[in-house]
Amino acid sequence: MGVAIYVLAFAFLLLGIYALVAKKNVVRIILGIAIVEYAVNLLLVLVGYRQGGIAPIVTREHPPADLVARAVDPLPQAMVLTSIVIGLGVTALAVAMATRLYEKYGTFDMNDIRDLRG
Amino acid sequence: MKGMSPIVKNTASVVTAFVMMYGIYVTVTGHITPGGGFAGGVIIMAGVVLLVLSYGGDPIREVTAEGECHVLEGLGAMAFLLVAVIGLFGGAFFANWLGTGRPMELLSGGTILISNLAIGLKVAAGLTGIFLALVLAIRAAMPKE
Amino acid sequence: MNVMVPLLVGIPLGAAFLVVILAHVKGLSGLPRVLSVLAVAACLAIGIVLMAGACGDPHQTHTIFAGGWDGTNGPIGVAMVYDGLSGMMIIVINMVALAAICFAVAYMKRFTSRWLFHALFLLMTGAMNGVVLAGDLFNMYVFIEVAAISSYGLVAFGCEKAELEAAFRYLVLGVIASTFILVGVTILYALTGQLNMAKVASGIAGLAGPAGWSARPAVLLAAACLLGGLALKAAMVPFHSWLPDAHPSAPAPISAMLSGVLIKAAGAYALARIVFNVLGASPSYANVLIVMGTLSMLIGVFLAVGQWDFKRLLAYHSISQMGYVVLAIGAGAAVAARGGSDAIAGLCLLGGLFHMFNHAAFKSLLFLTSGSVEHATGTRHLKDLGGLAKRMPVTSFCCRVGALSIAGVPPFNGFVSKLIIIIALVMAGYPILAALAVLVALMTLLSFIKVQRYALEGDTSPQTASVRESAWPMGLGMVALAVVCIVAGVAVWPLKQFLFDPAGEALLRGALGAVRAAGGAP
Repeated sequence: MGVAIYVLAFAFLLLGIYALVAKKNVVRIILGIAIVEYAVNLLLVLVGYRQGGIAPIVTREHPPADLVARAVDPLPQAMVLTSIVIGLGVTALAVAMATRLYEKYGTFDMNDIRDLRG
Repeated sequence: MKGMSPIVKNTASVVTAFVMMYGIYVTVTGHITPGGGFAGGVIIMAGVVLLVLSYGGDPIREVTAEGECHVLEGLGAMAFLLVAVIGLFGGAFFANWLGTGRPMELLSGGTILISNLAIGLKVAAGLTGIFLALVLAIRAAMPKE
Repeated sequence: MNVMVPLLVGIPLGAAFLVVILAHVKGLSGLPRVLSVLAVAACLAIGIVLMAGACGDPHQTHTIFAGGWDGTNGPIGVAMVYDGLSGMMIIVINMVALAAICFAVAYMKRFTSRWLFHALFLLMTGAMNGVVLAGDLFNMYVFIEVAAISSYGLVAFGCEKAELEAAFRYLVLGVIASTFILVGVTILYALTGQLNMAKVASGIAGLAGPAGWSARPAVLLAAACLLGGLALKAAMVPFHSWLPDAHPSAPAPISAMLSGVLIKAAGAYALARIVFNVLGASPSYANVLIVMGTLSMLIGVFLAVGQWDFKRLLAYHSISQMGYVVLAIGAGAAVAARGGSDAIAGLCLLGGLFHMFNHAAFKSLLFLTSGSVEHATGTRHLKDLGGLAKRMPVTSFCCRVGALSIAGVPPFNGFVSKLIIIIALVMAGYPILAALAVLVALMTLLSFIKVQRYALEGDTSPQTASVRESAWPMGLGMVALAVVCIVAGVAVWPLKQFLFDPAGEALLRGALGAVRAAGGAP
């Protein structure tokens, strides 16, 4: 698997940033935010992978000593949980702002939402 | 927003109970199986979303309001902070002040159970509040069909 | 000590949640204001007590582990670190927050849902306290995010057209910045397997190449992502485009908090912490900081000279003054990296940190006075104002103090810190940059003479003919910051000894000192 999967995760990240900066529709920008969040979470989970690893859950068949030897790293998974929650908060706020923007400007096109210049 | 047909309404009202039960299960056993407060809270909120989608916005607005969601959310957050601060006065910040039982029992893992319950309450109430606010606001903003 | 440091984060968060609950109880609608003022005042008191307690040994670092997991049972543990730099930043953050919340008690009367404002404000303050106390890379990222999300909501608070648009653009750029910071943290975790800052520092030092600092491409990529993301949060050129829209559109106390504290705690402080204590000061990182600082200094002031909107002018000057701070910190890093004299590096850092403190004080003061002017007259355009010195004496006195401080006129505080930066730049071997710093200071002076002439002097215009002085909470907040400006300019020596020397020490000890503080080699 090696390097290719990390390159793909970075490509996903760049795709999301392209959607964020190049698109003119507010809803597409919010989708770009979602794609960027997914890409970073994917990268974070991939960092913890171990070849042939098992899930880091303590059960009767896999006591903790077994897990230390064979399980994938659980710390990036905890980081991803937090990151997902942060992404959720940002997306909810962005959607609420987009709703209000539509109320005030009557359009979703960023080219028309340009009151502030200078 | 209009509701859906009576078949959907009856099915949804039965299924929602099971969905919320599953959400509570995921929250409570968060220290034994994967899940925990956040995942359980999201599942409970999914049950509420199911009800809103099938019954429409008006019956829901008569039953609940955003204010209650805010109060529940605040209570959940305060409970989590209290767990941390009680630990603070008993040792370190977030220290464990209940005994840890045997692994894989329900009453093990110290204060993780209380934290999970608090976070589950907060996430469920908070996300429900967000959903209700967006649904009611979008209804007011979009042009009439 | 173990009890008080986590309370710096716990008290604002607890007060925020309490405000959310109590705001929906009938009959207690006056309580959120009182609660938020009390919470911020309590944090400032705790910060001063901690600083006084640490004066006995200014070189010590206190590490507090959450849950008591101090690494004896395994390598996992989340640490909060209180050292000289954290202590200084705590005092800066809470001082500005107290002035802003005093001001906001009267200013926010024209908005509805005031409990929302207080809850978000307390969340932002608690999160910024958490950023400067974090000893763990991911913890710092989470607190930066909480502060940023609260600020997106606060910028859009009034829900007018301009505020929503500015908040949306700010949100999009902030998401890009946070993403890059998280990618940098991910790469550092993949390289070292640790998240604790001290342990990451020793891990990176262990990967060192022949130059003494780690030249591995992965570390450079992580550093690039981290520095880029944090530079966007600190509004450095070329990542500054969100600031001139976001800061003017926010309500005045929020502009004061954003310009005065957020771009420092989540931006410049994090940059300094990462470059010195995690990555290890090296010539390339220092040069990046120096270039960004110089560009921000120059471009900020050139763009500010042509502005006629009071708050937009202040926002552009924020970019320029933050350029001073980052330039000084970068110069200190460069001197430390090439093994130069500790005294010169210490002088650069003293200038940078002192200017950070001063900028927090006078920029917040200026934003609060602009808010007071807008509250009374309803306009921000300089050509529509005039003669305010006669109609609003307290506001215009504070505005004059702020303008003289930022322009660098003795005996106010801006003069001392700019002088230290210029002397330090010359001694560190950057005479051209020192000359540019003098030029920027002159242009800042010009810009604020224009502000004084059009807003305060002259005849009253139709808009300002019938205004009265603002309410007493607003005046109190402004006067408090003005007093800080004057005192900081005069009492430099005690401030240097108690606040800035320990902070500079904490940075200069760098990676090695951080390893010692974590409790031994990993």
